[in-house]
Amino acid sequence: MGKTIAEKILSKKSGQNVFANDIVVADVDFRMGQDGTSPLAIRAYQAMKGEGICSPERAALVIDHSAPSPLEGVSALHTLMREFAQGKGIRLYDIGEGVCHQLIPEKGHVGPGSLVVGADSHTCTYGALNAFATGVGSTDLAAALISGKMWFKVPETIKFICHGRLPLGVYSKDLILFLINQVTADGVTYMAAEYTGEAISQLSVDARFTISNMAIEMGAKVGLMEADDKVMEWVRAHSDNKFETVKADADAEYFAVKEYDVSDLTPYVAKPHRVDNGVPVGDVAGTPIQQAVLGTCTNGRLEDLTIAAQVLEGRKIHPDVRFIVAPASRQIYLDAMDAGVLKTLVQAGAAVVTPGCGPCVGTHNGVPSDGENVISTANRNFKGRMANSNAFIYLASPATVAASAVKGEITDPREFL
Amino acid sequence: MELRGKAHCFGNDVNTDYIISGKYKFKTLDMRELAKHVMEDLDPEFAERVQPGDFVVAGSNFGCGSSREQAPLALLNAGVGAVLAKSFARIFYRNAINTGLPVVVCDTSQINAGDELVVDLKDGMLKNVTQGREIPVQPLPSIMLKILSDGGLAEHFRKYGTFNL
Repeated sequence: MGKTIAEKILSKKSGQNVFANDIVVADVDFRMGQDGTSPLAIRAYQAMKGEGICSPERAALVIDHSAPSPLEGVSALHTLMREFAQGKGIRLYDIGEGVCHQLIPEKGHVGPGSLVVGADSHTCTYGALNAFATGVGSTDLAAALISGKMWFKVPETIKFICHGRLPLGVYSKDLILFLINQVTADGVTYMAAEYTGEAISQLSVDARFTISNMAIEMGAKVGLMEADDKVMEWVRAHSDNKFETVKADADAEYFAVKEYDVSDLTPYVAKPHRVDNGVPVGDVAGTPIQQAVLGTCTNGRLEDLTIAAQVLEGRKIHPDVRFIVAPASRQIYLDAMDAGVLKTLVQAGAAVVTPGCGPCVGTHNGVPSDGENVISTANRNFKGRMANSNAFIYLASPATVAASAVKGEITDPREFL
Repeated sequence: MELRGKAHCFGNDVNTDYIISGKYKFKTLDMRELAKHVMEDLDPEFAERVQPGDFVVAGSNFGCGSSREQAPLALLNAGVGAVLAKSFARIFYRNAINTGLPVVVCDTSQINAGDELVVDLKDGMLKNVTQGREIPVQPLPSIMLKILSDGGLAEHFRKYGTFNL
């Protein structure tokens, strides 16, 4: 009987021949925690009476959620992480290095066939590299650090086949907001998503990360893609490790197969306060905005900044809009400088902040005021997400965010292209 | 494991930012402080009203959103005895078991706020004492029942040093 990508990776890593709904204890290739979750993992490690880390070179802690620290209490938690990492020989990426979900792939820690757990729900991002990567909590992370293992229920899989090519001005962010709207916030709960088809193959690896990143917003455990030449080239440029690509068998059994022709897709916007509340941009065009955010683990990559710069070239953002830009990593920051992209953004009126998660999770760097509307390239628009439960968050692509920042209201970016 | 408490009802898709907002959870490891703000955006009086052992009763996809364990820990520290929902988001479900917060999958549509409930996790039965009716409960996978009965994953590891499931 054929297997899905999830069934193959978990079979290999558990040394057993397993299928959906089997429960396995599997060897984990890499483990990650960030500053919102690692302090509790360290506490769990202590409660477990841990006596060391299994293969500390295959783990990393990242300070990105509140970086640099905006508060005394946060500083104490950062110190706890730094001391733990140093004491245990674990790599720590400190403030300014970037968002964990950019760093783990960019630093070469993950590739095709890897099994990764991260104490952050958007760990599913690395599925774009053909890795089984999933979010866990702090106690699970502590257990994985001690044992090098994790228990999993092998997920059933829903396959999304996206036919056609995305039209001009429509990006992978629009596609994933559309798909989440189609299946809803719990449409893939407990299951794996596999994304495939011409529309996916056409995308750059940067753009594919955006889709896998948001698999969790449909409830999925992982957001898997196959590794094609583009992926292999990307991985070789970032890692010296050896990886084995994993393909689904033609006779694999799926919970469901969903097919979409996306040739006529329009830019999509998710309205407050739900990620599955997506509508074509025309339905909300003209909604005034006071803040625009470009960045995050969803859309803070060089391609995203470049698209925004194309929209903003020779233009100024609206005087009533604050435009906040957070490159996803230091490397992207440097690349965007070299390419002149950053200059275009700053000349247009952007406030560039430290690579990190701040504005998206409401720790600092742009907390909106009561009653304000924000348009953001992030992945969540929950009430209170940006630390003000009286603000309204709209999610969109970098092009839509940039176009909206220029006009001061939600705007179809195709007017600018 | 028999649990008894009163129901506090919520809707579908209660996300982890509603359970405990990001503006509190990054600052501290003091879960009693976080417990004061639990469910604040949905029900500002909940933290004051909830009595030790009471149940949070919700619709589908409870706990969707972030992976932060502050969500089940804030509920536990507020005194919540168990969460009953039609379905749970995956990471929250694992985190709840790992931290020792019982989670129960069942049809919650007939439960009203204030109903007195008795849950038996082992036998998989929920009794609505107020309405005098029994509601079937989806049994926990044995691996999770084992972790929960050990008092959570930290206790499990303290006992065995690794996964012994």
